[in-house]
Amino acid sequence: MNLRAIKSIYVFEMSRWFRTIMQSILSPVISTSLYFIVFGAAIGSRMTDIEGVEYGSFLVPGLIMLMLLTQSTANASFGIYFPKFVGTIYELLSAPVSYFEIVCGYVGGAATKSILLGLIILATAYLFVPVHILHPLWMVTFLVLTAVTFSLLGFIIGIWADGFEKLQLVPLLIITPLTFLGGSFYSIDMLPPFWQTVTLFNPVVYLISGFRWAFYGLADVSITTSLVMTFVFLAACLTVVARIFQTGYRLKS
Amino acid sequence: MQSVISVTHLSKTYAARPPRQAAFEALKNVNLEIRRGEIFALLGPNGAGKTTLISIVCGIVTASSGQVLVDGHDNVKEYRAARAKIGLVPQELHTDAFETVLKTVSFSRGLWGLAPNPAHVEKVLRTLSLWDKKDNQVRALSGGMKRRLMIAKALAHEPQILFLDEPTAGVDVELRKDMWNLVRQLRASGVTIILTTHYIQEAEEMADRVGVISKGSLILVEEKAVLMRKLGKKQLALHLTTKLDAVPAALAAHRLELAAEGSELVYSYDTQAERTGITALLQDVASVGIRFNDVVTKESSLEEIFVSLVRRDPAERRP
Repeated sequence: MNLRAIKSIYVFEMSRWFRTIMQSILSPVISTSLYFIVFGAAIGSRMTDIEGVEYGSFLVPGLIMLMLLTQSTANASFGIYFPKFVGTIYELLSAPVSYFEIVCGYVGGAATKSILLGLIILATAYLFVPVHILHPLWMVTFLVLTAVTFSLLGFIIGIWADGFEKLQLVPLLIITPLTFLGGSFYSIDMLPPFWQTVTLFNPVVYLISGFRWAFYGLADVSITTSLVMTFVFLAACLTVVARIFQTGYRLKS
Repeated sequence: MQSVISVTHLSKTYAARPPRQAAFEALKNVNLEIRRGEIFALLGPNGAGKTTLISIVCGIVTASSGQVLVDGHDNVKEYRAARAKIGLVPQELHTDAFETVLKTVSFSRGLWGLAPNPAHVEKVLRTLSLWDKKDNQVRALSGGMKRRLMIAKALAHEPQILFLDEPTAGVDVELRKDMWNLVRQLRASGVTIILTTHYIQEAEEMADRVGVISKGSLILVEEKAVLMRKLGKKQLALHLTTKLDAVPAALAAHRLELAAEGSELVYSYDTQAERTGITALLQDVASVGIRFNDVVTKESSLEEIFVSLVRRDPAERRP
């Protein structure tokens, strides 16, 4: 195992983040704050509590997940797409590193960034609404699992993309709608029965539900189902990544 | 001498990408042995397959068939051991624009799994006159400096084999000389160097052996000196005091050519032949009363050899 290579890639990815720390942190924090102000304070004050939880507080896990999913995918996809775009990927491909080590470095870097962001957003939430965390360990588990899973998805997108448009297409067309429709802002019970069934095909529902359960003990689906689905999604991403490297897809001609 | 790289029956066909690109056979059954510690120049026109060959050895491109052994290690099955020995300086200037020189060079060392060694990195940067720029962002470097940075990145992980793909393309004369010196120093320290170039002068200046690749086939591998001796012609030019309109009939047997608007008589001969025919020629020239004020001899350059090789019909080349 070339641990030094993993560390080098990881440190390289983190330093890329720290170089643009202001925009990396500021923009998600500002947009989350706006959600809290608009949905939490302005609209939330007219909403009824959801199973005893104030709407503003109910939003917190959903918003963290929203940021976690979008930032993990964006960071990881850009992280691997950029060396492809500028050509520095030659070094990675000619180095004595295994594909597993490359993935560890890039996905580890991207996941770390989004976990840190998630925690920063959680801290921001404390400024606006009351927040309780009933199961802190589960909260961290879901945070880490989701960050890793979606960083893997981002990595796949970054390898698949052969232009900046494609890099933005998947997050825009798939991730954002899935997250918005996955219960970030509402409980699934609030939907008509037909849409409740449709929603269950959305993997993000399970992530948000599990994460919210860790906060308030409220869940749309059982915690076990959430956990199983998260692992299924993680396994699916890992399989695709392994296949990409076996075939050299979009990496080697 | 022991081979440090052994390429056997290597072929590469790039898959078709319809509708724009048809399948392309970039390498055709290439066999090549690189000797430990030599400077090997791979010559060939653009698109001949030089970069594809290097890319396969380094693990960037997958071969369609054939095998590459790097110091005895299969470069696919034992890629770690194989790649650990190789440093690659690609043709294009691929750099991380926003990183600093020092960080990007240290990154390369880490990627090869080596412990940090600031003294070595400093030595490499100083050798390449980049130490003063160590804290500069890469994007602030000039083209020549970026080229040197690419070399620094490859040397940071102390390779035993160094691939230089067109190292002096678009580089000014001074930097080219510096680079040649660096390559000689590296060779003196035991590094095997494989360079591709389409500047013949470079190969002529540096290489121990030369391989010529054309349209995906390795058409010749030879010691540079032997190649030049074998294929090189020598010419003797007589600068005449009076211009001639035609070669006098009495000299026809020598197959002379009239050059420089009739003021030079040029005689081609083979230095390896038992008799060069020079004495007879000079006697005959004197006997027909031609006077000359200078005698110049000229050897054909590698460039002339190369052009004649690549232009020849492929069918003729095969032994």
